[in-house]
Amino acid sequence: MKTTALNQTHRNQGAKMVEFAGYDMPVQYSDGMLKEHEWTRSGNVGIFDVSHMGQFFIEGDEVVKFLSHITPTDFSLSTPNLAKYTVLTNPEGGIIDDLIITKLTDTKFFIVLNAGCKEKDSAWIRKNLPSEISFNELSDRSLIAVQGGKAEEILNKFLSSGNLSELPYMNIGFYKLKSGEEVFISRTGYTGEDGFEVSIPNSAAAKFWLDLSTQTEVKPIGLGARDSLRLEMGYPLYGHDLDDTTSPIEAALGWVVSKSNTSFIGSERVLKEKAEGAKRKRIGVKLLDRGIAREGTEIRKNGIKIGTLSSGGFSPNLKVSIGQGYFDTALAKVGDEVTAVVRDREIPAVLTSPVFVEAKTKSVKK
Amino acid sequence: MRFTKDHEWIKIEGDVATIGITEYAAEALGELVYVELPKVGNKYNKHDAFAVVESSKSASDVYIPVAGEVVAANDSLTSQPELVNNSSYENGWIAKVKISNSADLDDTMDEASYKDFLKNQ
Repeated sequence: MKTTALNQTHRNQGAKMVEFAGYDMPVQYSDGMLKEHEWTRSGNVGIFDVSHMGQFFIEGDEVVKFLSHITPTDFSLSTPNLAKYTVLTNPEGGIIDDLIITKLTDTKFFIVLNAGCKEKDSAWIRKNLPSEISFNELSDRSLIAVQGGKAEEILNKFLSSGNLSELPYMNIGFYKLKSGEEVFISRTGYTGEDGFEVSIPNSAAAKFWLDLSTQTEVKPIGLGARDSLRLEMGYPLYGHDLDDTTSPIEAALGWVVSKSNTSFIGSERVLKEKAEGAKRKRIGVKLLDRGIAREGTEIRKNGIKIGTLSSGGFSPNLKVSIGQGYFDTALAKVGDEVTAVVRDREIPAVLTSPVFVEAKTKSVKK
Repeated sequence: MRFTKDHEWIKIEGDVATIGITEYAAEALGELVYVELPKVGNKYNKHDAFAVVESSKSASDVYIPVAGEVVAANDSLTSQPELVNNSSYENGWIAKVKISNSADLDDTMDEASYKDFLKNQ
């Protein structure tokens, strides 16, 4: 099994380790998932090892054109240092992966993509890559997410110069730590809290993590709470809520499709669905009674199956089971009263926006 | 108190068994967020799944260690499932069952044997 540079550090901190996307990762520390979730939401800071994700530089004169070909996003509109969430699409308009692509200069971008899709994405990008563009993994770098209300205040203490209050949401900046390490910090994350993702050389990752951990406001958080945090925000998880057959329109990610981009891979289906609507759509589900509805749970309306949960579980904030799934758009709409079938019991539920908790991320317009 | 290899505990009073899951099992599951209780009056065969305990990450069946009829379920777990974690052997009991065949208890363990069993887990 693959490991990150922080593997031994997690073990020393009492983490319970599990296999995730081929990596040996912490699912929780001694506090457990619920407390870790609440810690991150309660104005403190959670730190997450997300070094299993793939970090890449893509560089070349035609890189804007290339990125606007492999995703539905028009990168000629990006300003320097702007991070964009988007998807890689296949010729059938399905999603190969969801990822963050950050413009550094007109000819150089920084990409962060899912651990479980690293090989698949690399192969796909290389297959389509014009010879003058280079695409290289930054395998010598770790990625640490610092998330929560005090993230800015805490991270600022570690910078030798600069102030993260000046870094807008969905932007990247280049900083030097007091320890001398060069890091790139993006104001991004997958928790719905204000926060950052810090790309740092592997050789410096463990010390930085431990130094962060000594702050009283900071606790390490495992993948378990990372999942419940993202589920409350309605963020999709690749391999569960997105796959090679779901289009960005079905996935309610139509906003990644730039109006000015009409010729990306898979555009035929995606633009048709954008104009006419898709046959199925990703919608949120909230249970109205006790019980937990997990991935695979059948959702019924008037006794008839209208969809299936692609993710689901207990929301520590709402104290009920929440989820998201795909629904037949002819039969289902937000506000519908439905039931979730759990072990032959039909639990009353309602279809909602998949965003269950208000995001505390900084507005992108500042 | 008696114990099973599936990490249930049983307290016998007359012909009624109070059943719960052990601290070891509760610890392994993590903090519970939901317990599905059996209905009073339901009858089960030995080893039937008669309750479900759910943590953030998983749902696990609880197997009834003795055949019998449910005479009480711990309704306080409905609003406080975490009692199973915090008070596994007292307030975290799951159900009381009227034992239909006391021979079912023969393959349960006493506390010392259960502790030995855990050492080999």
